[in-house]
Amino acid sequence: MNAMIEDLKITKQTALDQIAQCPDLKELEKIRVQYLGKKGRLTAVLRQMGKLESEERKVLGQQGNLVREAIETALAESLQRLKLHETEQKLNGEWLDVTLPGKKPKAGKKHPISLVLDDIIEIFMGMGFSVADGREIETVRYNFDALNAPSDHPSRDEQDTFYINDDVLLRTQTSTVQVRVMEKNRPPLRIISPGRVYRADDVDATHSPLFHQLEGLVVDKGIAFADLKGTLEIFARRLYGENTGVRFRPHYFPFTEPSAEMDIVCFSCDGNGCRVCKQEGYIELLGAGMVHPNVLKFCGIDPDEYTGFAFGMGLDRAALKRYNINDMRLLFENDSRFLTQFS
Amino acid sequence: MKVSYKWIKELTGIKVDVKDFVRDITMSGSKVENLYCPGDEITGVVTGKILLIEKHPNADKLVVCRVDVGQPDPVQICTAATNLYEGAYIPVALAGATLANGLKIKKGIFRGVESNGMLCSLGELTLTKNDFPDVDENGIMIIDECELGLDIRPILGLDDTCVEFEITPNRPDCLTVSGLARETAATYGKRLNLPEPKVRGSGDNIENYVDVSIQDKKGCVRYIAKVIKNIKIEPSPAWLRERLRMCGVRPINNFVDITNYVMLEYHPMHAFDLSCLDGDKIVVRRANGEKITALDGSEHTLDDQILMICDAQKPVAVAGIMGGEHSGVKSDTQTVVFESACFDGPMVRAASRKLGMRTESSMRFEKGLYSEICYTAIMRACELVEELGAGEVVDGIIDIKNDTRKPPEIEFDPGWINKVLGTDISVLQMEQILENLEMKIENGVIIPPGFRKDLEGRHDIAEEIARIYGYDNIPSTTLKGAASAGFTKRQIFRRTVNQTALSAGLNEVATYSFISPKSYDKILMPQDDICRKSVVIRNPLGEDTSVMRTTLLPSMLEVISKNYNNRNLQGGFYEIGTEYFPAGNEEISENNLPEEIARLAIGIYGDDADFYELKGITELILDAVGIKNAVYKSSYSPSFHPHKYAKIFIGGNSGEQIGFLGEIHPFVPENYDIGTKCLFAKLFLDKMFEFYLPERTFVPLPKYPSVTRDITFICDEREEGAKFAGAIERAVGNILESVAFLYSYRGEQIPDGKKSMSYSVTMRSESGTLTDEEADKAIKRAVKSLSAMGAERR
Repeated sequence: MNAMIEDLKITKQTALDQIAQCPDLKELEKIRVQYLGKKGRLTAVLRQMGKLESEERKVLGQQGNLVREAIETALAESLQRLKLHETEQKLNGEWLDVTLPGKKPKAGKKHPISLVLDDIIEIFMGMGFSVADGREIETVRYNFDALNAPSDHPSRDEQDTFYINDDVLLRTQTSTVQVRVMEKNRPPLRIISPGRVYRADDVDATHSPLFHQLEGLVVDKGIAFADLKGTLEIFARRLYGENTGVRFRPHYFPFTEPSAEMDIVCFSCDGNGCRVCKQEGYIELLGAGMVHPNVLKFCGIDPDEYTGFAFGMGLDRAALKRYNINDMRLLFENDSRFLTQFS
Repeated sequence: MKVSYKWIKELTGIKVDVKDFVRDITMSGSKVENLYCPGDEITGVVTGKILLIEKHPNADKLVVCRVDVGQPDPVQICTAATNLYEGAYIPVALAGATLANGLKIKKGIFRGVESNGMLCSLGELTLTKNDFPDVDENGIMIIDECELGLDIRPILGLDDTCVEFEITPNRPDCLTVSGLARETAATYGKRLNLPEPKVRGSGDNIENYVDVSIQDKKGCVRYIAKVIKNIKIEPSPAWLRERLRMCGVRPINNFVDITNYVMLEYHPMHAFDLSCLDGDKIVVRRANGEKITALDGSEHTLDDQILMICDAQKPVAVAGIMGGEHSGVKSDTQTVVFESACFDGPMVRAASRKLGMRTESSMRFEKGLYSEICYTAIMRACELVEELGAGEVVDGIIDIKNDTRKPPEIEFDPGWINKVLGTDISVLQMEQILENLEMKIENGVIIPPGFRKDLEGRHDIAEEIARIYGYDNIPSTTLKGAASAGFTKRQIFRRTVNQTALSAGLNEVATYSFISPKSYDKILMPQDDICRKSVVIRNPLGEDTSVMRTTLLPSMLEVISKNYNNRNLQGGFYEIGTEYFPAGNEEISENNLPEEIARLAIGIYGDDADFYELKGITELILDAVGIKNAVYKSSYSPSFHPHKYAKIFIGGNSGEQIGFLGEIHPFVPENYDIGTKCLFAKLFLDKMFEFYLPERTFVPLPKYPSVTRDITFICDEREEGAKFAGAIERAVGNILESVAFLYSYRGEQIPDGKKSMSYSVTMRSESGTLTDEEADKAIKRAVKSLSAMGAERR
């Protein structure tokens, strides 16, 4: 029995020595098996316990457990130390050049006109407007007659408008949607309608025979010019910033009366006058007005019962302004180096 | 419309700084586009008098002048001018002065002699010989005797400002200084009062000189003639020349200047040399193919749509546009007939377009002038003749009126006006505004003045009140009441497609809707293809933009071509664009408008671009809108590679086509100068929308593990994998979860004309863990089925 206790002591001491000197995790596992495994030294010592009296067995058992615990504790400590060390070693070997470029997922970019349009739609939707579609090949009736354009209005000339035949043309304004919407739907109405329009302008830095407009229309009982102002002021401030200065000045459109143009204070000079605003201090943003009673009548809406306002703006110019693009042609050339600049 | 601000101030009596004026008049409806003040750039130039001229000691071509500029000591200035004399009054740019061209004047030494300024010529002061006909434009400007040392600008009329207005087409009355003066007065709460022209006359009678008849009463609603005899053609006085110059009109001689002045002030006029009118007659009639040489020397043939002024024989002027060369006022003219008439706007416009002649007169007439003003205009011209001493005004007037237009009577409804404006303007203030705009209000009815043809109803009156009251003073209110707003299902569908195309790495493009008809050849479209029938623009800008596209392919190829040739050698684009199809075989008409169909076009290009990349993008988009069971059928299209083109169907074999995709035939990129592979897909959004499934139901996650087995087999090289995948699906049966293509291989160990294909089959049971035996059995069935199709397992 004493020999066995001595044996335990020696086993413990050699195990702890070996653990302390163990260089890596692999070796440590070997040590664990060597002492604590089924065929390990500690197991072998304890197996001899069978020969002993029960009293002695109890003492030896206690001693044996203490030795096991000591070895296990030493193993655990060593494991932690070695793991730390080995991980450090491994990571040290993994130097990385963080200045090299990342692997970007390929993502496409929206066209600048769409970007501006999406923002505008969001703003108006927040004020209860829905989005309506309209056709591009239109009738003279919808493009001019219904919109109260005088029969000899110069915009009807072939020099300004693309015709398919005497009665059919490429619409020159999205205002056609006003008529189509009012013919089909009864007030109250709150819609916007973006789309392509066509005018016989030669291509240059500020003109294109095809461009994009956004039309808006509100019709209800008791709609006033003051509502037009309030609604469009909110729009301008949401689009160009809360501090954007806005002014409305009288203008003329055949299909609205009273009519107005809305200007915003030039963002380039803050209203002092510069090249961007041609010294005016303001930049024209959109045209608007109270829907002309003749237009309401054409659509079968009683102008004594209902009033409304309409507005229209060029999306291409809005995009040019927003991104400081100096040539409208870029919008239709679609060079990917251009397209990928905006988001 | 360019106007002298001094003139406006004179007519209205306002004394407002021009900057404030510009703001105020813009806000009341006459938008100022531009301001030009010629004198702004000129500083430090004063009146001077030459005291002494001496030869320059060291230069033959220079002289040394001593100039009195109103200071104690005379200034010494060297000059090369030869028109100077002692005692001459001249403009002197002192040292430190700036001239119109930005030139700064400094003290200098001219060959050893000090020179402390410069004597100015016309050009250096922005002037021309038209402004000062008596001045030698090559020498120093000699001016009239005056006080010395004064700022030169007021003396030469350079202290005025030219204000340029944008006049809207409904306001031809504002194409005159009097109209703009009226607007100015109303803007400042006043009513304009212009004196009636006063003409003394000189006896005699116009009936002794000329006779007028109007044959076209629609074309000419009023014609007034006055005769001036014993005329003297000479330059106009300085004040008149200045006025014209500041309004952008070149002074010529007193008679031309008077007609131009009256045109600017009231109404376009014309002056004929009476001796050139055969039969002493003026006849207003349609032309019948006659020829005329206009004042500018251009020759025109006139048809019966054109209104002319004729004498007993021949045309002498194109009505409202331009006079004839022959009958114009010349230096030897003795008797002049003044014309002040009102011609039909649309007729003048049509004639002006047809003849390619746009004049100051025609651009006024074509907007529709009113006849009442003709009298004031012609009397004003006569008044000026007498004031300038240019001739004797013969008594009597010929005035033929056919104007039947009566001004409308508009209900004055202040309550409605306040309601529609959202204002609370008093009736008194409204009346004041309307009266300042020269409207009559009687018994609740408004009668607008004759020059306001644009006023027809109470909404027009509302605008008049609003603009003078000030749009700025109208409150801003928000829309009342909630409105149901949101995207429609179709709009959400489209946004999903857009978003997915972007996430697939495609850049969105915007292309023209019209293309060249030659595009159809460039994409190898067969001659008899229905898509060659496009909507044709009758008046295109050019062939390149002359037909509405029936296919988005050419537009996409243009984009790729542009990019490729800008050295962007690979990439991908998409556009939701419209294609336009004439509806049926009948003519396009109001009731038979072309169809406009929005479709998604995808183009990818580059040496590495391939079919499966494009197909992957297509699948991603179809997945995103819930379309899972699309079938790709190998097909033929002349624009595409014969073996790399597929139509996409939905709903089984007899299903509907929802698009196509493929690699473009190599001849096509060549036609577009593209030196690399192009692939193109088109998805029919309207058809896809019918199968769109926006809402998805949650599928519970599987409870039991799956088992996966790979199958590799050999088949003929040109057999389609979909056939084998389908066979595997059917053979495995209800425990099948998915069949995934792994790879296809040709080469070593595979016989010629054959290929090896590998699929990974995942199986799962819903009722318990699948055993290896069950899985193996299923695979055996699949292998057997493949074998029956001639595909042997490897």
